[in-house]
Amino acid sequence: MAEPSVPPFERFYETHKGEVLAFLRRRAGRERADDLFQDTFLRALRAYGRLEHGEHLRAWVLTIAANCVIDGARRERPAAELATEPGAEDARPAFEDLAPLTEGLPPKERAAVVLRYGYDLDYDEIGAALGSNEQAARQAASAGVRRLRKEKESR
Amino acid sequence: MTRVPTALDERFRAAAAAGGALDVAYDVLDETPVGPLLVGVSDRGLCRVSFDPDPEQELERLARIFGPRVLRSRQPLGRVRRELDEYFAGRRRDFDLDLDLRATPEFHRRVLAELNGIAYGETTTYGTLAARAGSPRAARAVGTVMNRNPLPIVLPCHRVVGASGSLVGYGGGLERKEWLLRLEGAIL
Repeated sequence: MAEPSVPPFERFYETHKGEVLAFLRRRAGRERADDLFQDTFLRALRAYGRLEHGEHLRAWVLTIAANCVIDGARRERPAAELATEPGAEDARPAFEDLAPLTEGLPPKERAAVVLRYGYDLDYDEIGAALGSNEQAARQAASAGVRRLRKEKESR
Repeated sequence: MTRVPTALDERFRAAAAAGGALDVAYDVLDETPVGPLLVGVSDRGLCRVSFDPDPEQELERLARIFGPRVLRSRQPLGRVRRELDEYFAGRRRDFDLDLDLRATPEFHRRVLAELNGIAYGETTTYGTLAARAGSPRAARAVGTVMNRNPLPIVLPCHRVVGASGSLVGYGGGLERKEWLLRLEGAIL
C-alpha cells in the first residue's frame, strides 16, 4: 500500500491539537501547557517541510510534545538541582542515543521504543500516540527491543 | 476531546506566521458581497483568491503547489483584506499587492500581465486580449487562462467579455461577474 502523503499543515494541526493539549496538561499541568502547546506546534511546523510521508503523524507530534515537556522542565528547574541529576546536562540524551540505533526498526516498533525509553512515556500514552492501545504498545516496544538485541548479536 | 481555547489557537497561528515558517498563510473572508473568499499569501505575495466553497480541496491544491506548510492565519492577510474591502466599497480602483504567480505557466502569465492593464470600469474581449498577448488567434486559449486565473478580482478577468458584449463565462459564476462589472460601472 502506498504511504499516505503529507497533509496540509492546517489539517494536521486541526486533527491533533486537542489531543496534544490534553497530553501536555496531563504531563506538565494546566498552567505550563499553553506555552508548551505553542512550542510543540512551532517545532512541528519547522520540521514539517522535511517529512517524507504522512504516516504516524500522531506519534510524531506526541513525541515532539513529550520532548517539549522535558526541555521545559529543565529550563524551569534551578541549575543546582539539574547538576545532581545524572544525564540531565544534555538537552535530549535518550532520544539522541536512540534515534540512530533504532533506524532499522519497523516504524511502529521504532516509535514505541523511542517513546518508551527515550521519553519515558507510559504504555497507555504510547498506545494513544500510535492509534492502538496499551497492550499493543507494550508488544511493539518489546518486539523492537528483541529485534535490536538480535541485530546486535548478529553483528 | 479537549477543546483548544480560541485565544491559544489564535496565538499559535499568529506565532507560526510571524516565524516565517509557512509556505502559505490563508484566511477565508466570510462576508464579502460576492460570498466567501479564500485568500492566500506566500512569502512572495498573493498566491490565491478563490470562490471555492470547499476549502479542503483548496488546501490540498495549495500544499501541492507551494509546500505542505499551509495554515489559516489572519495577520499576514491584513493588507489583502483591507484592499479587497476598499474595492468592494467602491473606494479602490487598483490593487497594490505583490503577486506570486510562480505556479502559472509562461503563456498564462503573459496573458495575465496584459489583463492587469485593463483599467477599472473598462472591458475588453477575449480576441483583443489574445492579440495584445501576441497570439491573435488564441482567443479560446485566453478563455482557458481566464478560467484558471489563480487571482480573480485582483487580476480582473471579469473585465473580459465576448465580442458581442455578452458576459460569456466566469470561473466564479456569471452572477459574480455581473456584480463586479456593475460595481465598476462597466454595465448598468
